[in-house]
This record gives sequence, structure tokens and C-alpha cells, in this order.
Amino acid sequence: MSDNTAEKPFRIQPGLTRDNVHFWTGGADNELSFLCCADCATIVHPPQPICPQCLSKNLAPKPVSGKATLYSYTINQQPWIPGFEPPYVIGLVEIDEDPSVRLMTNIVNCDIDKVEIGMPLQVVFEEQDDGIIFMPLFEPANG
Amino acid sequence: MAHVDNLERKAAITGIGQSDVGRRLNRDPLELTADACLQAIEDAGLTRDDIDGLCTYPGAGIAGAPGFTGGGVNEVQDMLRLKLDWVNGGMEQSGQLGSVITACAAVAAGYAKHVLCFRTVWEATAAVGGRKLDMQPLREKAAARKAQQAEVVEDKPHKKVTGSGGMGAIPRANGVQQWSLPFGAASAACWIALCAQRHFHEFGTTREALCSIAVNSRRNAGLNPKAVYRDPMTREDYFNARMISDPFCLFDCDAPADGSTAVIVSRVDAAKDMRKPVIKVESIGSAIRGRPSWDQWDDMTTMSLRDAGAMLWERTDYKPDDVDVAELYDGFSFITLAWLEALGFCGKGEAKDFLKDTSNIALEGKIPLNTHGGQLSAGRLHGYGFLHEACTQLWGEGGERQLQNFGKSAPKLAVAAAGGGPLGGCMLLSAE
Repeated sequence: MSDNTAEKPFRIQPGLTRDNVHFWTGGADNELSFLCCADCATIVHPPQPICPQCLSKNLAPKPVSGKATLYSYTINQQPWIPGFEPPYVIGLVEIDEDPSVRLMTNIVNCDIDKVEIGMPLQVVFEEQDDGIIFMPLFEPANG
Repeated sequence: MAHVDNLERKAAITGIGQSDVGRRLNRDPLELTADACLQAIEDAGLTRDDIDGLCTYPGAGIAGAPGFTGGGVNEVQDMLRLKLDWVNGGMEQSGQLGSVITACAAVAAGYAKHVLCFRTVWEATAAVGGRKLDMQPLREKAAARKAQQAEVVEDKPHKKVTGSGGMGAIPRANGVQQWSLPFGAASAACWIALCAQRHFHEFGTTREALCSIAVNSRRNAGLNPKAVYRDPMTREDYFNARMISDPFCLFDCDAPADGSTAVIVSRVDAAKDMRKPVIKVESIGSAIRGRPSWDQWDDMTTMSLRDAGAMLWERTDYKPDDVDVAELYDGFSFITLAWLEALGFCGKGEAKDFLKDTSNIALEGKIPLNTHGGQLSAGRLHGYGFLHEACTQLWGEGGERQLQNFGKSAPKLAVAAAGGGPLGGCMLLSAE
């Protein structure tokens, strides 16, 4: 995992809360982290105060491997956000530990015409200027 | 009949109305709303005094979406001085037509006899900052007055006002938006493109199918004097258009417009003496049986439309083959494709063949689709336009585009559906 600071676009950033801080800051320790049920091991995303499977409130953040599979993608050509210039690839990835958990993200360090559904991916973090937030992006596995 | 107890059968559409529709009308959206509402009331043969319910989507005050709403129930009640037994307005329901479906329940429950439902957008005008007050003359006037006063009275030092900026220079995404905006997925175009791409992957669907939807809509819009884009479009034109978010090009995205649409939902036993024959509500679909999410939904190739469509057929003995005309939401062309499959007009994953050209969906085809031009070509009236057109066809008021002009008998059964992603609602309407 590496920080690709070279071509950072301007990103709208998440408002940090007690409930999402593990997800958006875990990259400082190279960790992709999700809320996880301590009783039934369900990965709970987005964060919520109760496990949707067993209804336990015994939830805590837990790192996963950072490996994922590309479920779908779009090559965006339309400028929506000044400073975030197209083209860029928006991916929807399934994390290896539970494919029903998906993340919308960007696919980076990959030629646009090489992106394909089903490709194995790994997380790569983009550090934001505040040094607190690390955006989880994905690149080809073993790339 | 197995479904006679369905309460929506106590509801009927008795009148429709629509304001001027256009790009950048630059008119007060409440005026457009008034035009549509009063027209619908008159169309039903009612007066304002008969209206005892009022319902809308999404209601007043949606922040950060210029032109997305043109008035809430309170503003419209007050504007028309309505005396109401039941009101409802909001965004968290089964899509845009959820408001009409709820109105059906309200009349069936006896809360009201005649509910006025409306939806107003003015996104085309708002997109260019239209209808903003020009403050400059007022500021100049104030400055001139202060300059004059300064000659006689010594100006007191101003108290320094600190801005609310601070660390807030970077815009922040909160709630559900935090999972998409940081990655530049700032539009539903991107989110629905992910659904389309997955459909392409699983079923071999191609842009040819989306092209058929766009080209069919443009042809129909050419026969609709109120449509915003009426120039002919060829398949070549479609494929030459610039890409927005692959696989969507410009012509896969609906056209922002200004306009208001209204319908009257009446209790059947209170609708004995209307101006026109009533259109009965045969069944509705409002189901969402998976996670209500743009990205965590179990099968992105169907979105929640799968469940809304299934519920509609669970509540009636009619079958998809019985339907004479389908008006299916097209915020993006792929959403229409997903509705076609969700409602069983073709099998799941079969849209590729069903839409290989426009023969199945044309005005002369197996199931005429989006006969007014849809939102792609007639303008983004956000869901209500499809219900309006379904009623227009059932009442034989479609002018040049009326189905009887294309070798069809008078349509008796229509589907109107609206919404995409986790928003989906549909109605089966009967003119029998």
C-alpha cells in the first residue's frame, strides 16, 4: 500500500463523527477498518449502533485485509466538482471478507481501458491535507 | 377475483393538469404549481371547495438542490386557501409516485374524498441562477444613503463580524453522501451508471438497448407540442453524443425543465358525477424488500424497482401482456430498461433483445413506451409526467401521439412507474 500524492484531485471530505472516524482515519495505520459485531462477526456498513443480523450492540471497529473485487465501475467524463477533473474511474467494490459490503471508491494506478468487472483489487490510501483523513481508493491487486 | 379487497380499488384518478413546460421559463414555481392544480381541479369537474386533501413529493425546503421543489403543501394550501382534512408531503416514500399511492390510501381510509397531488420542478431556471433578486441596486441605494448620513453623523465603528468559516473551507459530506461525494460520484448519473455497467456485464446488454429507449422517446416527443426536445434523433446522433458517465452519454440523461403536474385522486364512491369517466386504480407497487441504498442493494441490475414491480402484479389478476401502454421513469435511460424487466414486459436480462431496435416499444409496437417523450425528451417533470401521460392516453387526449392513430384500439390498461435506485413506486390504471 502506498500513498499516491502525485495526482491528488480536490475532494469533498467526510464530516468526521464518533461513528465513522475509524473508517476515514484508519489509513494512517494502513488499515481499512469496518464496524464489526463482536458476537456474530457481521461487518456493519455503513456504521449503525446495532448489528442488523443478531441485534447485538457489541460492535467495534476491526481492520480487514484491504482486498476487494470490482463489482461495477463507470468512467466519469463529466466535470461535477471544480478541481476534481475527469476522466476518472468510479468503482463499486466488494470487500473480500463479505462481498455484500460494497464501497464506492476510485480505481487508481490502472489504465482506464484495463479496468474490468471482477478484477481483484487492493486498498491504497490517499492522505488528505489535514493529515487526519485517508481516502480508501483501490488499485489492481499486486499492481 | 382474488384481489377485490385491495383498498387502492376505492381510489380513482378523476382529473389531471399541467402547467407550461419548458427550458428556463423563468417563472415563479408556485405560479406553475397553481396553474397545474387549478387545471386538474377543473378537469375533474370540481371546485376548490371540493378538495379536502393535499399531497406532494418532495415538499418544501430541500437544501442543496436548486429548483428541485416548487412548493410544499403548506404553501399551496395557503395560496389556494384550501380547507383540508388531510395533508402529506415529503421525500422519504416510495419514489415520486409514492405521494399519489399514499393519497389512494387516504381516500380509501376515508380521510379525504378528493386529494390534489402535485409535483413541481424548476431546475432549468434554477441551474442558471434564475429568479435571484438583483441586490446591486439596493446596495447602491443603501451606500448612497449612508454616505449622506456620514456627512452629518460620525459613523460608529462597526462591530467585527466573524464568519462561520474557520476550518470549514473544505466542503464536507455528511450522512449518506459521505460514501459517494469524496470519490467524485456527485450525480445520480454515476450511481445509475454503476447499475447499468453491471447489467451489461451480467447479461451482455449494450448501449444499443439504451439507444432504442432514447430514440423512441425523441420520436414520441416530436408528436408532443409540450416536449422540450422535439428535433428528430437518429441512432447515429445518439452514438455521436459526448459521454457523461460511461455507459451514459448526454442522451441517456433526462433534460432539466420547469413545470408542474397535478392529479386528483378521488374516492370512487365520491366520484359519481365527474366531468370525465374515472380512471380506476387497479393496483400499486411500493415494495422495497432489500437495503434502501444506492450502493448496498443486493442486485444493482434491478435496483428496488424489482420489488415495486413484483408487488404491483401480486395485487391484481392482470398480467403484463394485458397492458396497453407503459410510462416508465427515465431519469436515466437504464432506469426505463430496469422497469421494463421489473414489470415483466420482458424477462430479467432480456432487455438486450427486447430493445435491439424500437419495434417493441414504438407507438405501433407490442408495448408503447413513454408516449409523450419521457423525461429524456419531454423534460424532467420528475415522475408525475408519466402518470399524467398514462391518464392522457387512457382518456384519449394524446392528440397526434394518441395510440389510436397508430393502429391501436383505445387503451384500457396503463402502467405508470417512477423512481430509480432505492426509490420506486408504480401504479396500474384501468379505464374499464
